[in-house]
Amino acid sequence: MLPGSYYTGLSAVLFVIGVTGVLVRRNPLVIFMSIEVMLNAANLALVGFGAQFGTADGQVLVFFGMTVAAAEVAVGLAIIMAIFRLRRRLSVDDLSAMRW
Amino acid sequence: MPLAVFLVVAAVAVASALGLVLKRNPIHGALFLIVNLGSIAVMYLTLHAQFLAWAQVIIYAGAIMILFVFAIMVLIPGKEETGPDPLRPVRLIAIPFGALLLVELVLMLVSRRAAPVAAVPAPGGVEAIGRLLFTDYLFPFELTSVLLLAAMIGVLALAKSRKAG
Repeated sequence: MLPGSYYTGLSAVLFVIGVTGVLVRRNPLVIFMSIEVMLNAANLALVGFGAQFGTADGQVLVFFGMTVAAAEVAVGLAIIMAIFRLRRRLSVDDLSAMRW
Repeated sequence: MPLAVFLVVAAVAVASALGLVLKRNPIHGALFLIVNLGSIAVMYLTLHAQFLAWAQVIIYAGAIMILFVFAIMVLIPGKEETGPDPLRPVRLIAIPFGALLLVELVLMLVSRRAAPVAAVPAPGGVEAIGRLLFTDYLFPFELTSVLLLAAMIGVLALAKSRKAG
């Protein structure tokens, strides 16, 4: 098996791409998908570390992370839909007010 | 041979993540993200995490991405990022900061004392994960049911139209 540093290195690259996507894009859906890339990078690092130490605990953590991601996507998309219904526009630059 | 598989799949993962960030059309981004999630599932397979690989395909590439594609279809997107961007110079600062973050992460990984690779690979089948879930991690496992229920009720409350309520 390959050394774990290969997997953590790939995970670091994917995480940085996700961070850049969140910062650069204007569409909240694409920002959300970039967050998914970051979550997956963290999951890959967890599985890589688990393989390095020969335990399955990292995989159980990733399983819980997937559950949380599923709940997060459902709630987040519902919030984006609610904002779209209210505003008829969908750009994060318009959403600078905390109340209106 | 494992190195070749790793390099090819890693190249696919990085290229599809870049495609998600660089392509303007969100539906192209969603398709790139599906490729990315699939390549990470292959990574799990090379790490002997068979259960996670299939869970990744079913939960992420299946369920979560269908939600995304439905949302993209409903929200008629693609018009947000066509006009001129008033904040473009501010936004481009993200690229050097992203590069800085990458340098920091790589430095941290390099300076870390490298642990020896475990002689026996971690068990990754359904049996091993299920045994851990129902013994050591029983309480968090039960908590996830509360989390999913809360998410379901929250989504119903958010999606309900205001006039009916």
